Amino acid sequence: MELSGAQILVQSLKDEGVEYIFGYPGGAVLHLYDAIFQQDAVKHILVRHEQGATHAADGYARATGKPGVVLVTSGPGATNAVTGIATAYMDSIPMVIISGQVPSPVIGSDAFQEVDMVGITRPCVKHNFLVKDVTKLAETVKKAFYVATTGRPGPVVVDIPKDITDPNIKVPYKYPKKVVMRSYQPAVSGDKEQIKKAVELLLGARKPVIYSGGGVVLGEASAELIDFSKLLGFPVTNTLMGLGAYPATDKQFIGMLGMHGTYEANMAMHESDVIIAVGARFDDRVTGKLDMFCPYAKIIHIDIDPASIAKTVKVDVPIVGDVKNVLQHMISLLKDHKDYKNKPQKKALEAWWQQIAEWQAVDCLAFDRGSELIKPQYVIEQLYEVTKGNAYVTSDVGQHQMWAAQYYKFDKPRRWINSGGLGTMGFGLPAAIGVKLAFPDAEVACVTGEASIQMCIQELSTALQYKTPIKIINLNNRYMGMVRQWQEFSYESRYSHSYMDTIPEFVKLAEAYGHVGMRIDKPEQVRGALEEAFALKDRTVFLDIMTDRTENVYPMIEAGKGHHDMKLRVATGTTTDRELA
Amino acid sequence: MRHIISLLIENESGALSRVAGLFSARGYNIESLNVAMTEDASLSRMTLVTNGSEQVVEQIVKQLNKLIDVVKLIEFAETTHIERELMMVKVKTSSSTRHEIRSLAEIFRGKILDVTATTYVIEVTGPSEKLDAFVAAIEPSTIIEVVRSGPTGISRGEKGLSV
Ligand SMILES: Cc1cc2nc3c(=O)[nH]c(=O)nc-3n(C[C@H](O)[C@H](O)[C@H](O)COP(=O)(O)OP(=O)(O)OC[C@H]3O[C@@H](n4cnc5c(N)ncnc54)[C@H](O)[C@@H]3O)c2cc1C
Ligand SMILES: Cc1ncc(C[n+]2csc(CCOP(=O)(O)OP(=O)(O)O)c2C)c(N)n1
Ligand SMILES: [Mg+2]
Repeated sequence: MELSGAQILVQSLKDEGVEYIFGYPGGAVLHLYDAIFQQDAVKHILVRHEQGATHAADGYARATGKPGVVLVTSGPGATNAVTGIATAYMDSIPMVIISGQVPSPVIGSDAFQEVDMVGITRPCVKHNFLVKDVTKLAETVKKAFYVATTGRPGPVVVDIPKDITDPNIKVPYKYPKKVVMRSYQPAVSGDKEQIKKAVELLLGARKPVIYSGGGVVLGEASAELIDFSKLLGFPVTNTLMGLGAYPATDKQFIGMLGMHGTYEANMAMHESDVIIAVGARFDDRVTGKLDMFCPYAKIIHIDIDPASIAKTVKVDVPIVGDVKNVLQHMISLLKDHKDYKNKPQKKALEAWWQQIAEWQAVDCLAFDRGSELIKPQYVIEQLYEVTKGNAYVTSDVGQHQMWAAQYYKFDKPRRWINSGGLGTMGFGLPAAIGVKLAFPDAEVACVTGEASIQMCIQELSTALQYKTPIKIINLNNRYMGMVRQWQEFSYESRYSHSYMDTIPEFVKLAEAYGHVGMRIDKPEQVRGALEEAFALKDRTVFLDIMTDRTENVYPMIEAGKGHHDMKLRVATGTTTDRELA
Repeated sequence: MRHIISLLIENESGALSRVAGLFSARGYNIESLNVAMTEDASLSRMTLVTNGSEQVVEQIVKQLNKLIDVVKLIEFAETTHIERELMMVKVKTSSSTRHEIRSLAEIFRGKILDVTATTYVIEVTGPSEKLDAFVAAIEPSTIIEVVRSGPTGISRGEKGLSV
């Protein structure tokens, strides 16, 4: 079969099993768009801004586990995609981004819409390619998908000069079934000796914690994590990225850890004698001040990326490998171990759970339920109930993100879709569109704030065009709440530019985009409004919910503090704090 | 502490920038870096000298290995190895200093590559400290230019860095 470069690209995507491309056309990709026009196996979703394309593809990838695919033109199209590429990179999300480039002969001449895409994206991709030869195009696409989806996943850019896609130059096409790269062979199984050591340590633990993260979601190892945790009976905490990998409603779950984690999770980490990190990367939002991190604990760390291990925190038992594979191995070792039946630490574990129960009794997520104002936490609780805990929830970045993470109890992986590592405002709406395309029958909610939503608001138009009915839960506190909170705590409430004098009327805006807008001012309206919105199955609904402007996210570990030194809210819900140390 | 890392990397355009970019993005020190082709045209060999604590160097090694184009890597501190660096020094000469400079070059097993009425270009090869010592032995005001390649290294014995 002889095909042009443009046809090769489209055919390669088809052969790769790609369902959707999220893109935006321009000069350098016109040949490609012409090839897309002439087929209908790969569906193209026309976004309104290239950042939206990347987040939509990213949301699709996070929800399905399949790589998201993006197509942008050279120059401004490519640079607009960079934020979304970096977002995916930080959270290890598999994506393939195809960018047009000026024709090969003029590369380097400051040609019209030329930008060094390979250079610009180098620090925020897993890998990138510049295609120099049309006969290598199919193989390069295959390599891109292979690299993006294996090992520690990540975004891969394929930059394609316009002449490579020339419709008049045809070459033989064959999509490789498999690629082998001598320079890239990700680890799978962990070191046997280390795994044995880990098992011994676990069975001897008196105050253990299982600290699991995004790697369990990425590695599809939720079932193994549950088995493993049940075998041991240990408390489990999740990072922001791991939420759902262990069911939040299970009694062994002690909540998220870290800066806005629960009191019990952070205290348990602080007091623990053995922690096992499973696909988590000791992010600074999790560890707090490093020299106070888990001072009494021996640390076991399972991660597929050796560079994640001992990066910031010293590890006693490093295990490089795929989390699913390693957990399976550990489970079988555990079951056969003599101490598994004897349970020498049974008493100690009971005491540990007793201690945890005391911390849980502090009720760190309590909030004022009698308030006249709408409490954002209450909205999330209601969202959880109305959707019966089954929705896919995307979010933007800020206080609303933390409340969604704290109050929506995710029982399944891939349901909680947010930008953790880069913290990209503008992520939520396009991501929700990507999720809805992947799962048209599922409920998809985007929890957002009035500042974040404006960063990719134009994608409301995309949602209409592709009939992706999502529910936007705008926790409108008339502040960049997260910024305001830091200013309240650390800058004596000097609210420098964390407020906008002109916030649009979102109801009208939603209507202008062809959707349903609802404004909610009182707590007693919340439940009904949510029910009404979710009953409108085929409409995108924008719920503009006026929440308490002064509400803060608690608990909180402030900068430079350890896990045991959290700022808690007093039960009345006022903003006076007490320190429990 | 000084560490010398040698690696084989796919001879692709941009390979060098991936390595250099990694060092600048992550704030690692880089004292010298050299790169050239090997007997296998598809591979380049890079040798770099860096400075940092054990923990930092461990991360550097891991991050370098993580680059998709890096095929193999060795940290020389771990093995016995030979290190060589090439230097060329251009010095001002006068009839009264010529003899002294020539004998100094001899002591360091240097070669005089170029002679003019007023200058010498001297080549010295060896471990970096030897080159430092040579430069230190020359009267500073006579030095016009010093060019150094940065060290390259190879392990002793049968083991080698190859694919
Ligand atoms: C406003 C804001 C506040 C935040 N507050 C918190 C907070 O309070 N608590 C919190 O936890 N986070 C918080 N975050 C998120 C934080 O910044 C990090 O994104 C997050 O903690 C990282 O999660 P993780 O450790 O699970 O790692 P991820 O980024 O999910 O990385 C996954 C790890 O697993 C590894 N991995 C991938 N695949 C596999 C596999 N198959 N097998 C084995 N290993 C694998 C990867 O190599 C990597 O090391 C906050 C973010 C924002 C924006
Ligand atoms: C693109 C981008 N710019 C700036 C920030 C810094 N930032 C983090 S949270 C936040 C405020 C978000 O406000 P809003 O969306 O209203 O959410 P709230 O905190 O009020 O719930 C800002 C500006 C960011 N995370 N992303
Ligand atoms: Mg806000």
